[in-house]
Amino acid sequence: MTKKILIVDDEPNIVISLEFLMKKEGFAVAVAGDGEEALTKVASFEPDLILLDVMMPKKSGFEVCEALRADPSKAGLLIVMLTAKGRDTEVAKGLAIGADAYVTKPFSTKELVARVKTMLGIV
Amino acid sequence: MKAKQRLIVAVLVLGLLMTGPFVVTSLLVWLDMKEAERTLLTNLLVSRLPVGTMMTLFGFALGVGVLHKLFKQYVEGLLRMAETLRLMLGANRNFRVTIEGPPEVQQLAQAANDLAEQRDVLMDDVDAQIATAKASVEEEKNRLAALMSELAQAVVVCNLDGRILLYNNRARLQFKALSQGPTSVAGGALIGLGRSIFSILEKSQVDHAEEVIRQRLSSGKTAISNFITTTRGGQLLRAQMVPVLAASGDEGEAAMSGYVLTVENITRSIEEEERRDQALHSLTQGSRSSIANIRAAVANLLDYPDMEPELRERFLRVIDDEVAKRSQVIDQTMSQFSDAIKTRWPLEDILGIDIVAAAQRRIDDKLKLPTKTEEIDDALWIKADSFSLVFALVSLASKLQDHYEPRELRFRLTSAGKLAYLDLIWAGPAMSSETFYTWEMESMQIGSESSPLSLRDVIDRHGGEIWYEREKAAHRAFFRFVLPVAVPELESEPDERSRGKGRPEYYDFDLFKFEDKSIDLDRKLSDLTYTVFDTETTGLEPSKGDEIIQIGAARIVNNRLLRQETFDQIVDPEIPLKPESIPIHGITEDMVRGKPNIDVILPAFHEFCEDTVLIAHNAAFDMRFLQLKEERTGIRFTQPVLDTLLLSAVVHPNQESHKLDVILERLGITIGTRHNALEDALATGEVFLKLVKLLEDKGIVTVRQALEAAEKTYFARVKY
Repeated sequence: MTKKILIVDDEPNIVISLEFLMKKEGFAVAVAGDGEEALTKVASFEPDLILLDVMMPKKSGFEVCEALRADPSKAGLLIVMLTAKGRDTEVAKGLAIGADAYVTKPFSTKELVARVKTMLGIV
Repeated sequence: MKAKQRLIVAVLVLGLLMTGPFVVTSLLVWLDMKEAERTLLTNLLVSRLPVGTMMTLFGFALGVGVLHKLFKQYVEGLLRMAETLRLMLGANRNFRVTIEGPPEVQQLAQAANDLAEQRDVLMDDVDAQIATAKASVEEEKNRLAALMSELAQAVVVCNLDGRILLYNNRARLQFKALSQGPTSVAGGALIGLGRSIFSILEKSQVDHAEEVIRQRLSSGKTAISNFITTTRGGQLLRAQMVPVLAASGDEGEAAMSGYVLTVENITRSIEEEERRDQALHSLTQGSRSSIANIRAAVANLLDYPDMEPELRERFLRVIDDEVAKRSQVIDQTMSQFSDAIKTRWPLEDILGIDIVAAAQRRIDDKLKLPTKTEEIDDALWIKADSFSLVFALVSLASKLQDHYEPRELRFRLTSAGKLAYLDLIWAGPAMSSETFYTWEMESMQIGSESSPLSLRDVIDRHGGEIWYEREKAAHRAFFRFVLPVAVPELESEPDERSRGKGRPEYYDFDLFKFEDKSIDLDRKLSDLTYTVFDTETTGLEPSKGDEIIQIGAARIVNNRLLRQETFDQIVDPEIPLKPESIPIHGITEDMVRGKPNIDVILPAFHEFCEDTVLIAHNAAFDMRFLQLKEERTGIRFTQPVLDTLLLSAVVHPNQESHKLDVILERLGITIGTRHNALEDALATGEVFLKLVKLLEDKGIVTVRQALEAAEKTYFARVKY
């Protein structure tokens, strides 16, 4: 069965690449432009994994992550945080509030794909 | 018995000795004789009586002469010498005993003179030593004063009560520029000898710095503490505190008797710092996103060479777009921030356990909430602004107490690589992350103490993070502060203080003996702090609508009139001036219009007078004007008031006039202009200082005595 990935980022210039990449890798892809849209898309699209940017308008990635982790029905959802904030303290916070992986921008697309596949158990 | 009387007794005794034995013998012989023998003897004697009497009288006169001579030389001579010695002892050191009289007396005189000589040599030596010591103290004082006045930083020396003992010109200027409140209208007299530093700096912060210093002193580290504070006007001050140590008699550690604060206004540099941070941010964090976009696009183009031309075009446009944006950002940043100066929010290295201990103490003290510690890494140093961090911990504890009423709080301090984890743990229901986000953004509060900073500000200041986490298994939750770990400071070198006992060499002021300044009427007049003031008014009848148009005042501290710490303000009376009064005070309509009115000036003046005894010449007049404004301004002057007119009447009850001019002349004080409120206040101050000495001669030493004596004078009965 095709795994579903939700890309959450407010910058179209990264969304376009990620969307293309993930589609090429054979995933079903949906896109959300801010935190609130992300929460509705999680409900409607029911992704297996979410690529979540931290710095977004309305609701930050941290808030989205905490909201998702507070919902027991979403326990199986994998969360990969993408962020331009590279400080140790923020990485620690992301992981502490329940992200499964924390990727700092800029990143290698190959490594990201490999990471996503490992997490989804496709090798 | 006086010397003269003794002489008379001696003469009588001599007379008796010369005649007594002969008379008694004659009487005994006479009683033994028969009648015939007696007649025969009488005849014999009577014919020779004149010769015998003559001889006796001659002998007696000779005896008296000798006696008198002895008396002159020994008794009177010694008495004279005693008087001379007294004179030498007191009034005239250079006087010497005249060498005269019998040899024994001469020897005594010589010995006394030798002793006096020896004493003079000793006294001259002592005087010379005192003079040298005084000169060197004076020189040290001057050197310190010069040093302080040349310093580019503001320096303030305070005692433990926070009273200012010394300050430099820079400090005066800086605080003058800072003063926001009403005091600024009269030159910002916030800073002044004997005033409280807490009117300028936050008391809790100064106390905290003091505590840090005590801790460092007791653990033998370099005693220094830094803090940042904001003024009422939003300016940022960086203060550094070092202790002033009292000389301690024994080997024990020297006690802190005060502190030196160097204060720097860093508002501008912090603003620059913020801009620099923004620059750094836009260059790094901003770049991360852009480069991520470019990198992903490039990777796609490389990895999928056979993509449709339309898609390829879109990826190329992403790259073009991002590169153009970055170029622009770099240009902007470079032009905007090239001159930004590097200034950091100073974080000090501090043992994590000290922060925990301080927070525990304050939670116990302020919230009465028990605390415990769990796993504590007691060797963990963190980089922190301890005041704001402790404040953050306590304010979080206070919020928890208000919302969840936990029975106790626990602290945990662990480390992970370069990060320190400081956890505040409690047992209770889960809280929503929304609630915590609000807590993070609100400005912090502990009871009535509030901080302009939010928890988020404190975290950002430390370059740290904070989050809320639950320990489900243990049914409890914690806030985790993530803070940067500090490299522990090197063992401090042997402390300079332990090298030589006693006080530091470069100053020697006795100012630290300054006592608390609350007004006690039984304290000596010469010990108190005073405000001498004078007002100029539109006329002489306050009850018929005359108003104040000028207030001038100066302070007397430690028996010195401080000419620099003055209050000098023209007031708009909001009524027309009387033309006939203008020549007296020299204040014209043009000068008063547009000046602040009494509603603004009176609070400022009240603040200037805080904690001091008021002095004015004919004080009842000035006080009446102030009292008539009580209702309108709500400002009351409740401190004791001394009147130089009445005090002058106490000292010189028989003089007809106690006008200020007359007193000035009587006491030999010359001043410049008169009938300017400040000049008159200064003149009154000079008069008061002279009167204090004259009152002392009359046994009037305390404020209470002065007030009572003044009340009894005739002039006290005049009412306005």
